Amino acid sequence: MSPATLQQLIDFSYIAAVIGFILALKWLSSPVSAMRGVLIGEIASAVAVAATLFDPQVTHYKWILIALIIGAGIGVPLGMVKMTAVPQRTALSHAFGAMSASLIGIAEYYVGTPHLSKFEMAEIGLEVIIGSLTFTGSVIAAGKLQEILPQRPITYRGQNIVSLSVLATAVILMIILVFHPGYTHLFTAMVLVALIFGIMLVTPIGGADMPTVISLLNSYAGFSAALLGFVLDSKVLVVAGALDGASGFILSVIMCKAMNRSFTNVLFGAFGQVQTSAGKVTEERVVRSATAEEAAAILSAANKVIIVPGYGMAVAQAQHKVRELFDSLTKRGVDVKFAIHPVAGRMPGHMNVLLAEADIPYDKMVEMDEINGEFPQTDVALVIGANDVTNPAARNDPSSPIYGMPILDVDKARTVMVIKRSMATGFAGIDNPLYYLDRTLMLFGDAKGFVGNIVRELSGGAA
Amino acid sequence: MPADFISSLFVFILAAFLGFELIQRVSPLLHTPLMSLTNALDAIVVVAAIIIAGRHKTHVSTVLGLIAVVASFSNMVGGFLITDRMLHMFKSTKAKKQ
Repeated sequence: MSPATLQQLIDFSYIAAVIGFILALKWLSSPVSAMRGVLIGEIASAVAVAATLFDPQVTHYKWILIALIIGAGIGVPLGMVKMTAVPQRTALSHAFGAMSASLIGIAEYYVGTPHLSKFEMAEIGLEVIIGSLTFTGSVIAAGKLQEILPQRPITYRGQNIVSLSVLATAVILMIILVFHPGYTHLFTAMVLVALIFGIMLVTPIGGADMPTVISLLNSYAGFSAALLGFVLDSKVLVVAGALDGASGFILSVIMCKAMNRSFTNVLFGAFGQVQTSAGKVTEERVVRSATAEEAAAILSAANKVIIVPGYGMAVAQAQHKVRELFDSLTKRGVDVKFAIHPVAGRMPGHMNVLLAEADIPYDKMVEMDEINGEFPQTDVALVIGANDVTNPAARNDPSSPIYGMPILDVDKARTVMVIKRSMATGFAGIDNPLYYLDRTLMLFGDAKGFVGNIVRELSGGAA
Repeated sequence: MPADFISSLFVFILAAFLGFELIQRVSPLLHTPLMSLTNALDAIVVVAAIIIAGRHKTHVSTVLGLIAVVASFSNMVGGFLITDRMLHMFKSTKAKKQ
């Protein structure tokens, strides 16, 4: 085969791969066709990788094959993690993706310097800055999600100014490099500064904001791959990067809306948003609590129950007990649904995956906008490990820090039951007036244990 | 501005708009698998890494390329694997009764 024909075949296989990527995303629109989407994505990627191995530029195979085997060896365990570990795994994969894009940009710089044109240097510089900051930012996010690093936001005075000057330093170094691409030590400095900025970008962000941050890092990782496509003039990278970047971007917008935060606030990294001090001591208010036996009695007398899961359910690993509760109530003819707030948990769709893992049918999981109208006709709203997303202050208290955030209207249900460890305030440190309503019953205890006790009471009653 | 850049920009703009349209149609139910799938697709960066490592221009570029092959290929394998596992878990009430 002539080299020209071979190159054309490789190009055609990339075009085929791009078609596969687009179909993969198209078929992800519904759970029914989604499996087909993954399959076509796998085929497309395999075709592209196989074609690349025939590229005449590739002359050394031994190490590449070893690298592919090591990569697969790392990828398989990362693909087999437990569902509760999916958020940190996702952050880690953003880190890997950004690191690859960044390393390739760095390699291109060292191969090309000092003969890079201004334009090439600017492309490489931008790509490497975004890739590097996404890499360290994602590592920090993964550390926070894995709870190796503290989940609370770490902030100090003047943080925004310090962080922004670090970013500005990286950009200035890049501009100098555009005019003097041969200054390799400046390039090294630029990479280091970008890496440091990534750390500073994510450190101030708290665990509850992780859904937004993880989407944003997703977007950055995608756009850095697209930029790499510009650097290497590789259209397949441009397309895959643009699709990934667009996906992360849309998810960030959805997460922002769900937290009532401005988009610019997030685009620029949601720098140390001020945590309003929750020190304001409120007068002792009365809460009503109930035992598992009482809760079981109320639930079994209900016609319609909506369960509201939150991060607490994930922490307590309570999803399988929740499934038992779902089965037990469904068997008694109770209509049970799950209300999913977009930012419940630590990443977009987190609750859906945990509930699906526990074998709860997806048609019972309902999004916020669809289910909110159903709460007034609901006998019991059972909140498991969710807090801020149920806080009515977001609707009716303009002084609340979360005022304006769309919430699940659980307070409109006839009875509200909240499983909670204690009366301590939630992550954001905001008091929740829901707990003091006359219709609210607090069920104090561990989510998994308490749900288990309710299930036992329900089955005991049936016997 | 180089011609390469302009044609890449065309492709980028078209792909980004297509991405917006496609992803807005993805059910929020599947937002986690969406993220892991796009991650796996993005790992196509591995093709660039293979070329950088395989053409063996300098030792530095080869080593960087090889590390990039490991990292991006692990994303590709791991990303598809976990997306597949997650999607297998999503079942409707009807599917369960059968």
